[in-house]
Amino acid sequence: MTHPPAIETNGLTKVYGSGNTEVVALREATMTIERGEVVALLGPSGSGKSTLLSAVGLINPPTRGEIKIDGQVVMRGPNALVDVRRYRRERLGFIFQKSNLIPFLSALENVLVALAISGQEGRKAKRRAMELLESLGIADRAHNRPSALSGGQQQRVAIARALANRPSLLLADEPTAALDSTLGRQVMELFREVGHENQAGVLVVTHDQRALDVFDRTLSLEDGVLTEDRGSHAST
Amino acid sequence: MNLAVRDVGHNAGRFLLTAVGLGLLLMIVMGMGGIYEGIEADATLLVEEMDADLWIVQRDTRGPFAELSRLPSSMEYRALAVPGVEDARRFVTHTIQRKRHGKPLRISIVGLAWPTDRGEWLPLISGRALAQGHYEMVADQTLGLAVGEQIRLGKDVYRVVGVTRNMIGSGGDGLAFLTVADAQAVQFDSVGEATRLERAARRGRAEDMDVGLTQPGLLDRADLPAAEIPALGSPMVSAVMVRLKPGFDAETVRRSMAGWADVTVYTGAQERQLLLQGPVDRARRQIGLFRVLLVAISAIIMSLILYTMTLDKLHDIALLKLMGAKDRMILGLVLQEAFLLGGIAYVLAYFMGERLFPFFPRRVIVTGDMLLWLAVAVSVICVVGSSLGIWKAMRVEPNEVLS
Repeated sequence: MTHPPAIETNGLTKVYGSGNTEVVALREATMTIERGEVVALLGPSGSGKSTLLSAVGLINPPTRGEIKIDGQVVMRGPNALVDVRRYRRERLGFIFQKSNLIPFLSALENVLVALAISGQEGRKAKRRAMELLESLGIADRAHNRPSALSGGQQQRVAIARALANRPSLLLADEPTAALDSTLGRQVMELFREVGHENQAGVLVVTHDQRALDVFDRTLSLEDGVLTEDRGSHAST
Repeated sequence: MNLAVRDVGHNAGRFLLTAVGLGLLLMIVMGMGGIYEGIEADATLLVEEMDADLWIVQRDTRGPFAELSRLPSSMEYRALAVPGVEDARRFVTHTIQRKRHGKPLRISIVGLAWPTDRGEWLPLISGRALAQGHYEMVADQTLGLAVGEQIRLGKDVYRVVGVTRNMIGSGGDGLAFLTVADAQAVQFDSVGEATRLERAARRGRAEDMDVGLTQPGLLDRADLPAAEIPALGSPMVSAVMVRLKPGFDAETVRRSMAGWADVTVYTGAQERQLLLQGPVDRARRQIGLFRVLLVAISAIIMSLILYTMTLDKLHDIALLKLMGAKDRMILGLVLQEAFLLGGIAYVLAYFMGERLFPFFPRRVIVTGDMLLWLAVAVSVICVVGSSLGIWKAMRVEPNEVLS
């Protein structure tokens, strides 16, 4: 059985303000990311990358256009057709420039909290969280607080947390910006690995041109216009 | 996994320090309530301990506690003649201030109707009740007098034979129990010179009158001690306490005595009410209002603390929302921390109060009802105080994590 695409956007437009102060941050962006596909999103500052990410992350609704997750229309224009919080909880995983780990929780608990949010608690949840930390090579730091972890380790915990609920789409916003190039590349490779292994679509916003070979495809955004750099799925 | 407990554990030092501060504030609220209760208990203590059915006092006065009352000692015998009266006792009370070891010592003296009343009912912590009609005293421990100690009051020296606990007058002074005769001796004591001058004045007045000139023998009697002159009354008492025979209605007996033109008669409950409405009323109201003010201040401070605690976590709350956390989870985080803070502060307040209140100069009585009231008040403050933080937490947008 073939899975529907992790995400599809159709004519996604985001307009801020109105009249003289109107700013079009995203213009008719259309794209598809299949499950298991790892896609990079490039673009200069202010090009609309974060707007696109927050739209497909069901955080900031578009002004026009449609968003489908796992084949289901979840957003039509600014109207949510589903419980977006539940969708974020069950279908999406987020990774940020800073790891954004909760400082008062250990690495393990930071993963567990994602499971707790979707109602998974107890031994089973703990086993799942430990498995994720093991797969990312940081099981030995499971009981350390974020302040006791290096930047790379923190980002791995953040990835483990994002993967905890087996999301169909992983959204990463410049996840390597705070890391050195070696570590940055390792993290990008990790995305590729987890995307393929978990059959999750991965959309990574990045400035880092050196690790683009890791991705299956590259999309570019400039002045709100989305273009495909390589591959065949995206169009404007 | 409990996020509130984890957060508190992460900032344990700061949280505990905040709880101690809040605990001190709640302890003061508790203490104010305790002082309020203490004033009421001290004021009504004697009335309740004496357990009299009726109090006979000077006509149109609210004596003997709320106002000065003077009655002839013979009133005791008049009361005994009334049907239904089982027992009538003279009651004398007055406050004196003496210097002892260089410090002022205030004593509320209470006269016991020897030999009927020897003070066996007193809550003694050491020693015994009165065993002789003169020169013995039972003192409250707040006076700092130990069994065997002697103290000069007036012309006589009194030996402390027993020590009581929590026997305080409405003015907050410790009580000392003497026989009525000794209490009167202390009350009406005057120095020798004053007595001599009074006798000379008495003789002078007699000499100026016809009766003195026509009956010179009277002039000789005027020089005698007051007790030996029949025309001069015996020392007055403050009140007469009456206990009724079983089956007699206090109100009926009171009405029959109230017909006497020279006295006013109160039931025990009325006397208690007079005390509460009289000397202690303003103090009670003042403390009551102060307590309300303190509760309001505690509520404001707690709200600000809880709001600040929520602000500190706003980024984490936005992250939880981004991850799809339900409002219930965020609400629980803020509320649980509020209740943890309130709960710890409350427990600290209780234990700190238990250690500190005994050192207060007046009694601080923390009752079970008061503890319950404060627990409810703290719970309400926790809910109301965290509402500002909850409002802020509910308004935070998940995309704030991206900024």
